[in-house]
Amino acid sequence: MTTRSRRAQRARGVGLQVAVVLAVLLAWKVGTERADSLFFPPPNKVLSEVWNGWILDWSTSWNDNLEPSLTRLLTGFVLAAVFAVALGVAIGRSRTLGDYVAPIIHFVRSIPPPALLPLLLVLLGIGDDMKVVLIAVGVFPPILLNTADGVRSIDPLYLDTAAVYRIPRLRRLTRVILPAAAPEIFAGLRISLSIAVILMVISELIAATNGVGFRILQAQRQFKMVDLWAGLVVLGAMGAALNAVLALIERRVLRWRRT
Amino acid sequence: MTAAVRSRRVPAKWVRGAIGVVVLFLVLEAVTRAELVTPDYLPPASSILRETFDLLTDPSFLGDVWVTLQACLIGLAIAAVVAVPLGLMLGLTDTAYRATVVVIEFLRPIPSVALIPLAILIYGRGTEMKVSLVVFACVWPLLFNTIYGIHSVDPVAADTARVFGLGRWQIGGRVYLRSASPFIFTGLKIATSIAVILAVSAELLAGGSEGIGIVMLENASVGNQRTVYAVTVVTGLIGVVLVGMLGLVERRLFAWTSAERSLA
Repeated sequence: MTTRSRRAQRARGVGLQVAVVLAVLLAWKVGTERADSLFFPPPNKVLSEVWNGWILDWSTSWNDNLEPSLTRLLTGFVLAAVFAVALGVAIGRSRTLGDYVAPIIHFVRSIPPPALLPLLLVLLGIGDDMKVVLIAVGVFPPILLNTADGVRSIDPLYLDTAAVYRIPRLRRLTRVILPAAAPEIFAGLRISLSIAVILMVISELIAATNGVGFRILQAQRQFKMVDLWAGLVVLGAMGAALNAVLALIERRVLRWRRT
Repeated sequence: MTAAVRSRRVPAKWVRGAIGVVVLFLVLEAVTRAELVTPDYLPPASSILRETFDLLTDPSFLGDVWVTLQACLIGLAIAAVVAVPLGLMLGLTDTAYRATVVVIEFLRPIPSVALIPLAILIYGRGTEMKVSLVVFACVWPLLFNTIYGIHSVDPVAADTARVFGLGRWQIGGRVYLRSASPFIFTGLKIATSIAVILAVSAELLAGGSEGIGIVMLENASVGNQRTVYAVTVVTGLIGVVLVGMLGLVERRLFAWTSAERSLA
């Protein structure tokens, strides 16, 4: 196939995507106007609220909503990631240790994190500590399990080679084990990131005075349906942006891989 | 003979796992008995365990568990009915897949719990509201695993079926759907744990009259920490049992595939 026809094909693909997006928006608009339901505002109103309420008033929405939410999310996420990767490497290196803790991990993993909310509220109060801990606890298991999997499946040849060359333990960890397990670790981080967003929203819906979730809750309490939908759109964009950033980091870190 | 020997010896893995659980329990018991943390906040581990057994034999609590599970199961069923045919369609026709991928990629990152306030306004606080949330959250893993499964079907199998004169629908059902079914099942497993999360969160946020989350809220509001811990343990057990059952079904149904199937 020539490059030109391939390019034409790609252009057709993009055109089709744009057409479908427009069609969905149009269907949304026609449908909501036809139904004239209080709960389903037309898209142009929602998008103009995103523009006027969030983007034009950026300093307020950043300081009161986005910044607090992102701080909680990233603090919990990074905290959990550091400990989960450390423990995951230990479990992946020692099958015996893995055997000892496996049932506990599987049990903790199957508790839905929101079910911890009532307890965390009592133990830590309604402040940021509670929210950060909730996020950290929720994202811990996927990162841990993926790291352990990744470390366990490292080609023994690498480790033997490192041993033969008497590479010190710390260097072996940073130069052999972690890079070799990095693809699996990143898979765990990707799953965890979406869980982190979910838990951030939940914790802000329960008890908060700022954050994106709080703004959505306020809109609900005042029956401002357009604001509520705008908040959802912003959250969707935020989730997509976080995913994109993580994908970028992943591509950088894993640049050395051939595939 | 070897089989007999193997079956008599308990695997070291299980022994170690049991030791791990017992040690954790003893540590918790020691910490709570020593009252390092106020017992109001962290009651002794053994009393939580006893409370858990009491709950599991309490018919009214089991009724609450059933209410939550019902919402999960109805939601999962609807999600499967929506997602699997859609996934089949999108997996089989490249044009449809490429055309809709933008819309899907935008809808997917919307955290499903953020829809709870909206769902409360639209559906009230009952089962309908929970089901709608479970459906929205569970469609994604099912849809993506179906598409992924279809894409990984060996084209030779489909071509062979075509050569043997099977029609479009027959190839779709007997070749594609069947080859993709292990992947779809993996999606179902992921969706199941998500369903429990959504149902419990919806109850915690919306309140209501029945459900696991409601029992938690009620006990937390009167400071009955022991029961709150016990309910938390029970929700963990529910997850273990559900995923364990699905694992058994999977091993029976899909014994013919040995491939490792996990979707990151």
